Amino acid sequence: MDLTLVGQGLLNGILFGGVYSLMAVGLSLIFGVMRVVNFAHGDMMVWGMYVALVLAERAGIDPYLSFVICAALIFLLGALVQRTLVQQIVEAPHAMQILLMLGVALVLENVALVIFGPDPQRVQSPLTMATLWFGPFFVDMARLATFGVAILLTALLYLFLFRTMLGKMIRAAADNNYGALVIGTDVNRVYVVAFGIGAACVGAAGALVSAFLPFQPASGLSASITSFNIVIIGGMGSLIGAFFGGLIVSIAESMGAVFLSPSLKEIVSFSLLILILLFRPAGLFGRRMT
Amino acid sequence: MKWAWLVVVALLLALPAVLSSYAISVFILIFFYAFLGQTWNIVGGYAGQLSLGHAAFVGIGAYTAAILARDAGLTPWAGMFVGGALAALLGAVIGYLGFRFGLRGFYFALLTVAFAEIARIVTANVETTGGALGLYITFTGDPRGFQFASNRPHYYIALAFMLLATGVTAWIERHRFGVYLAAIREDEGASEVLGVNSFKYKMLAIVVSAFITGMGGTFYAFYYLSLQPNTVFGIPLSVEIVIRAIVGGAGTLLGPILGSFLLTPLAELSRAYFSRGGWTGVHLIAYGALLIGVVLFLPQGLYPYFRRLLAWRSRS
Repeated sequence: MDLTLVGQGLLNGILFGGVYSLMAVGLSLIFGVMRVVNFAHGDMMVWGMYVALVLAERAGIDPYLSFVICAALIFLLGALVQRTLVQQIVEAPHAMQILLMLGVALVLENVALVIFGPDPQRVQSPLTMATLWFGPFFVDMARLATFGVAILLTALLYLFLFRTMLGKMIRAAADNNYGALVIGTDVNRVYVVAFGIGAACVGAAGALVSAFLPFQPASGLSASITSFNIVIIGGMGSLIGAFFGGLIVSIAESMGAVFLSPSLKEIVSFSLLILILLFRPAGLFGRRMT
Repeated sequence: MKWAWLVVVALLLALPAVLSSYAISVFILIFFYAFLGQTWNIVGGYAGQLSLGHAAFVGIGAYTAAILARDAGLTPWAGMFVGGALAALLGAVIGYLGFRFGLRGFYFALLTVAFAEIARIVTANVETTGGALGLYITFTGDPRGFQFASNRPHYYIALAFMLLATGVTAWIERHRFGVYLAAIREDEGASEVLGVNSFKYKMLAIVVSAFITGMGGTFYAFYYLSLQPNTVFGIPLSVEIVIRAIVGGAGTLLGPILGSFLLTPLAELSRAYFSRGGWTGVHLIAYGALLIGVVLFLPQGLYPYFRRLLAWRSRS
């Protein structure tokens, strides 16, 4: 096996891992606070991609700037979905929550299909044209920028959760919902904000990959499933776990692409998921489940 | 009450005489999805183990029968049982891993999704299955090859599948097995304390469900005559199966049938109507909205309302 190829695969894996981390952190935040699994996560990501596409084509804004607008709009989408729908099923059984979110996912996917059509699209950005060389390895500038921004956003989210009052309230509600309510936290407001932020993370992630990853309305489902894999592998509700889980899964997938074949790379992450489910269902970084 | 069901079945048996070929094809889908919803119901409804990977059993059954017919000349009437057995084997593996390690709710659902996805990816990358392009069955019209010149025989086979799955489920419901499953669904810990071996009965439920679902895969293969990994193993098919059972009423005998009689024509007619105007996707928006509506307003499914309607009828 050519070592350069392995090294390049490792590098690609790490660079793409930033986006996986951001997707998973968003999902983990929503789950941690509400114990609701957002099956529409990937579809919200795809909407972030389409917002970036519209902004690039109509207003000429590069996706590496417009990701802020995408995040804000998908925040509103997430907050709206939480306020009108999820709020009513927070206490419902798992199956009902999953079905509701599948319904939301179907609506989001097919509204995109009606508006934008089924063909794969990609956002133009000058960054995709530039490549940096480090000895035998090359780095696509767009992927590097994506990695940098994704890591920056994750870091900002941590600062928000640990340094601001609202962030602390969100963590309190995630830790002990009832306790947070007792000490006077407006739990319903926390829910809306947490769902919105979780959606904003994945919306920004969508915009950040829109320049080099072709997307179509149907891409949402596999993005959702990938996010679930990462979150379970890292540990449900653990933000650190989601972050490292993203890197691990991304590296594992790109190693799978090198050693097996690109079309088989997903098998690696599903196998990893099965192993984790069997031997450490709380995830690599999760606390023991009760 | 019993004669009412005999009348319904007799009606369904006589129906093709007056239906157009298109109407028959809609009924075939109604029966087939009711069948799939019913087989899912055994493990997802009665035992309460949310499987989101039932498409894997359909896919294994379908590919097994099709490949055996193509390469070994085995009639699908026999291949059907081989497909069922292989699906049951996969069900046993998923069940063993999931139940032995105590995965519940969302975790079990994800385990089933993971296995279905692995099956899909492997099928798309192996040569004997035709890879990602899919497997195509040549049309011969030979009944021994599970093929027919008109779709009337398919109507009766699909109806038989639906009645078979419903019969099996009714048997389970009336025996100790069904009571154990309900106890496990309602409170697994408490049922264990009372001496129910929950692992054993959950395993039985998933193996029986997978076997019958796998047999149905043969019908899928030889009705459509083409198999693509993404459609037979994909999550969307699993979701279609689950939706019918839950909209109708999971864990009830008539639920999946009600769900299919409501949703399948709705999906078919709106698909036909909207795609004629070039609006592909609109029917799925309506479908998603309906799903949201059911969860918010009819969390028990349609069955309780249906029963109330029947009770009201027989009183007046």
